[in-house]
Amino acid sequence: MDILAVLIPVSLLLGMGGLLAFWWTLKRGQYDDPEGDGQRILRGDYDDKPKG
Amino acid sequence: MSDTFEAPSISACPACIATPSAVERAQAAAAARPARIMLSVPDAHCAACISTVEGDLEAMPGINSARLNLTLRRVSVDAEAGVTAAQVIAKLATLGYPAYELDPGQLSMTETDKQGRDLLMRLGVAGFSMMNIMLLSVAVWSGATDATRDLFHLISAVIALPTVAFSGQPFFRRAWAGVKAGRLDMDFPISLAIILATGMSLFETLNGGHHAYFDAAVMLTFFLLAGRYLDFRTRAVARSAAQELAALEVPRAIRLLDGVEDNVSVADLKPGDLVLVRPGGRIPVDGVVVEGQSELDRSLLTGETLPVFAGPDLMVTAGAVNLTGPLTVRVTAAGKDTSLHRMADLVAVAENARNKYTSLADKAARMYSPVVHIVSFSAFGVWMWLTGGDVRFALNISAATLIITCPCALGLAVPAVVTAASGRLFRAGLLIKDGSALERLAEVDTVVFDKTGTLTMGTPEPQNLGALSAEDLGVAAALAQASSHPLALSLAQAARALGAIPALLEDIAEVPGHGVQAIWQGQRVRLGRANWVGAEALSVTASYLAVGPRAPRAIEFSDRLRPGAAEAVAAFQAQGKRVMLISGDVPGAVSEMAARLGITDWQAEALPQDKSAAIEALQAQGHRVLMVGDGLNDTVALTAAHVSISPASALDAARVASDIVLLGASLAPLPEAQRVSVKAVQRIRENFAISFGYNIVAVPIALVGLASPLIAALAMSVSSITVALNALRLK
Repeated sequence: MDILAVLIPVSLLLGMGGLLAFWWTLKRGQYDDPEGDGQRILRGDYDDKPKG
Repeated sequence: MSDTFEAPSISACPACIATPSAVERAQAAAAARPARIMLSVPDAHCAACISTVEGDLEAMPGINSARLNLTLRRVSVDAEAGVTAAQVIAKLATLGYPAYELDPGQLSMTETDKQGRDLLMRLGVAGFSMMNIMLLSVAVWSGATDATRDLFHLISAVIALPTVAFSGQPFFRRAWAGVKAGRLDMDFPISLAIILATGMSLFETLNGGHHAYFDAAVMLTFFLLAGRYLDFRTRAVARSAAQELAALEVPRAIRLLDGVEDNVSVADLKPGDLVLVRPGGRIPVDGVVVEGQSELDRSLLTGETLPVFAGPDLMVTAGAVNLTGPLTVRVTAAGKDTSLHRMADLVAVAENARNKYTSLADKAARMYSPVVHIVSFSAFGVWMWLTGGDVRFALNISAATLIITCPCALGLAVPAVVTAASGRLFRAGLLIKDGSALERLAEVDTVVFDKTGTLTMGTPEPQNLGALSAEDLGVAAALAQASSHPLALSLAQAARALGAIPALLEDIAEVPGHGVQAIWQGQRVRLGRANWVGAEALSVTASYLAVGPRAPRAIEFSDRLRPGAAEAVAAFQAQGKRVMLISGDVPGAVSEMAARLGITDWQAEALPQDKSAAIEALQAQGHRVLMVGDGLNDTVALTAAHVSISPASALDAARVASDIVLLGASLAPLPEAQRVSVKAVQRIRENFAISFGYNIVAVPIALVGLASPLIAALAMSVSSITVALNALRLK
């Protein structure tokens, strides 16, 4: 059961990583226009002024 | 508010420029900065729109960048100083996208964004904790014992406590506000369940107990926050839309003082003042015409399509549009005493009556809160008695009952359906401004339409141009080009479409209030009102053309039907609804329109009060009325009706008064919207039934003390997911 001492911190760290990534996307406004972003990626023309 | 709107008036007031006030200097400084212009573009919907709108706007001189938000249908333009919203709107119009300027209340908009992000962050944290605690819980459920179980519970506690403290805040705050106001709403049992579950679990963990409900407490927070977030997003979209449709018109007037023009606020006018109303301007006060001749368009006030002649001694009312010549009006009533303002008072009265509507969610909450508390506390009492005073055990049962009954599914039942339904309606071109509008729309059994501007486009079109000779048509076209009267504009356009060549005229002069005259090949030609031209007036809207000594010819006009009007009326009738037409226009025009659309029930020459009285009479008989209207004369009726819809082209006042705004020009989506709303209400009821069903099964289990954290977690997640999936079935 000693492995728990490693695995639990590792799983928590991974979760934290996910939470930080979510916080970053939120700060960057990636949930402001989900529909537009979905359409933008399918456009033919190159987006030379991506948001951000 | 008024300060920010004063910028356009500066040029009209030379004295103001000579001595700029602090406000104006600040505005000038602001104008020199690069500006951010926000526009609403309701028709943008596809990937191609992004390229077109952004590409073409960025090609415009003075514009640095443009970004289209497809979710909110809004374009944000980063422009250099000097580029105005009007220029951008004109450019978008040439691209085929009608655009509306957003209310400059940017502050409140960022406020909304901030709230949304805040809720999303809390939701994210709750989700993260839920997943981690669940991992640990699975180990406990599958048989971890003794030290391992205690360790897992302890780690769960370390994750859960900060999460509950952070993510639960929206519920705690609302519950506390409710308690202070002396009422128990949904938030109180929710907060109680979260706090009690966390507290009990902490106590059990520290004492090496078997059951800890950290996963349930966090899961509860997560699902309820999801419901809150959906609810918030629906309302935020509606609110920003209401903002963009908010009144932008400045209530200002030109006061004449000893022959000097002075631009003042309408609020400063007193009875007896003289006010100048330029052609194209709206009359700001009630009064009597002192000088000048013109024609007045009162269609928005009364629904009449035919402009009326205005000359000295005519009583005029605020809101009418002056068409051809300048008028000087002596004020008889201004501000609060005008007929317009009295209408606003009527609207306020009608609004009070409507606020009594209780939504399904409120009804459910009212039933739910007391029941949950009673059940949970009686469980506590009964188990205290049965176990002979074992507080720990009784409290455990009580907490388990609270958690199991807690309205995860109930909290999602309404927002999930409303989000799905309003998303569908938004794609169909309808914007729901009010949360309960969907439910009210579903109950409708009678539909009342206004005529001018609602069933029709409000723009007259000449009907019998074909009967004119080519010569006459040329003369008429040339005369019409010289005027900005709506009939003349429409005539000129129609003649151009027919390929008429405007005749060469001399000495063209517009006679305000009467028409246009000129000399053509040595003969006097006139286009205008019947009595001025010397013709017999017809009962329909018409303009009269006189060429020399020949008998005058009448050019008849008729209002163009709004696209989809016939389909909408037919579809409502096919659904078995009673369709009525109530208009302020003359009986001839109304009966003709009713016959064209197959409406048998019509009423003409209705004053604003008559319209709302008719609707109130219908509702007193137990009917639920949907009112569709656009004019000032409709506002009272729109507010009085059970639910109301107005087109985006309607006056601000009408759009503010109505629950739903139609973004496109066509009326065709209305019956479909009604159908969707009926379906949505059905789904909401199903969702309530589902969550009630889960409670029926789970509550007895909790009451007899058999509830484990595993059962609580299962009941909660399964019911929430079923409810969300049921909402997505909405078609």
